[in-house]
Amino acid sequence: MSSTSLKARRKFLKSITQNTAIAATGGLVWAALLQKEARATAFAIRPPGALKENEFNAKCIKCGQCVTACPYDTLALANTSDQIPIGTPYYIPRDIPCYMCPDIPCMNACPTGALTHELEKIEDSRMGLAVIDIENCLSWLGLRCEICHRECPVKGTAITVEHHPRKLSKHAMFVPLVHSDACTGCGICEKACPTDEAAIKIVHPELVQGVVGEHYRLGWQYDSDITQQYKAEKLQTDTPAEAESSGLDYLNAGDL
Amino acid sequence: MNNTKSADKQPRTGPNGKPVRPFIMPTSIAGKLGVWKYLILRRVTQLSTLVLFFGSAHWAWNFNEQPIISGNLSSSMLLGFIPLADPFAVLQILMTQNSLLTEVLTGALIVLTFYFIVGGRVWCSWVCPVNMITDLAGKIRKKLNIQNAVQLSRKFRYIMLALALVLSALSGVAAFEWISPISIFHREIIFGLGTGWAFLLGIFILDTFILKDGWCGYLCPLGAFYSIVGKFSFLRISFDSPSCTHCIECTKVCPEPQVLDLKLATHKGYISAGECTNCGRCIGVCPEDSLHFDLKWWIARNQQNNNLQIPSANEAENLTKKDPGRKAA
Repeated sequence: MSSTSLKARRKFLKSITQNTAIAATGGLVWAALLQKEARATAFAIRPPGALKENEFNAKCIKCGQCVTACPYDTLALANTSDQIPIGTPYYIPRDIPCYMCPDIPCMNACPTGALTHELEKIEDSRMGLAVIDIENCLSWLGLRCEICHRECPVKGTAITVEHHPRKLSKHAMFVPLVHSDACTGCGICEKACPTDEAAIKIVHPELVQGVVGEHYRLGWQYDSDITQQYKAEKLQTDTPAEAESSGLDYLNAGDL
Repeated sequence: MNNTKSADKQPRTGPNGKPVRPFIMPTSIAGKLGVWKYLILRRVTQLSTLVLFFGSAHWAWNFNEQPIISGNLSSSMLLGFIPLADPFAVLQILMTQNSLLTEVLTGALIVLTFYFIVGGRVWCSWVCPVNMITDLAGKIRKKLNIQNAVQLSRKFRYIMLALALVLSALSGVAAFEWISPISIFHREIIFGLGTGWAFLLGIFILDTFILKDGWCGYLCPLGAFYSIVGKFSFLRISFDSPSCTHCIECTKVCPEPQVLDLKLATHKGYISAGECTNCGRCIGVCPEDSLHFDLKWWIARNQQNNNLQIPSANEAENLTKKDPGRKAA
């Protein structure tokens, strides 16, 4: 083998090694960046119809068509300085809440399905969950406020006003309570809250909501699973016994 | 055949026997506009794309009560009924094993078909906003006569392309879309500024001081993706071999000089490499007018009509054996 071809081969091998090394280093940095960005904690308040955070981050193409579709300028795309996965849509309810358009234009503008087109009513959306800081809520402090209750677009279902005993006084307090089965997380309450820092806040449900677990039996609630199950079982086992001795029901048998 | 040894003493001649003339910038404005024709057109399409997106998002520019073009270069809706989408972004999302709606798939197909016709990397030189920054960097480095600080293979972009797809599959998110300076730049212009300009500054520094055309010519996986599309595209730069004197003015201005393989171009009748961005710089500077935009099948038909024989690969090799252009490139 001539020395020139040997040189050429050395040069070739060297350049291959260099390129591979650069690719490997770059790939590692790249993977680390992705790990940091895409595995962010779920705390962004997403537009209605958004998938679970992982799936949403995978499917969102970061085009901003939902942002343009929103008539209230509620939505924004996270930029490089935000603490939210880059390029994805979110909103800050205290600035501009979601006004819950019945035709859900943002969701329908999504081309990829990161915002599913499956919501039929905006009331079924779960963008977040309102949480009340009862230490700083005017109503819970004993004043008559209840602004959140009155502003709530799912009034009387998502936020109800309940009686609550007041310490050292016979007068009751009227306090707002949020019900997660109806709260969409639109944030109109947070926007309306008159305290300096809102005492009712929209948070990602996963950050505050617990999960009871299957094995706890709430037997005293009429519509809990255990009660219904027990009733159903009892009905089944009781039926043949009743057929044998209908003595107890003779007054209702109709032959009196 | 020209004799390169006597090139210094006698006027050089090309392989066709004609004297080699250098490119001289015309002094008249009309002549300059002729040279800059495609450059001006490219700036117009690049800027108007940007302005149309911005206007639709900020000033509610609309047609028939539909925004003219809502979204950004990743995915958009033209006139309210034509979906468009970045096929590479869609491919990455599909690599994460997530299903997508037909709207974005149709959009990606439309865009892919468009670039399939006009040339894959037409995206790079006619639409991509980063091109303006890299062109500026190229101009500055030429003026300051800065040499490359590192060496890298032009094929490195394909490693980046493979990395983008593999990392998408592994991480479960579209890998390039999460770090793409192109998307970040374009998105932040339209939807509010963050610190995305830092990425652009990085590209500018890379291109100016470290590696000529470093981002577009070596790293960008989107460019690599469109290079593959370009391989099969219809609109290409045709090469008229008989009139060419191998003055290599074209390779001096070309951002991807490796595509100007005149041997291959003589054989095929056009610049066949997918990495050619169809920017048209070479057309303007060619003193012999040997380069033009043309459709592939049209080139083939013309050659037949003129009873010209397409040189075989061997003949082309003989024609361009002492091709100074290829060495200089």
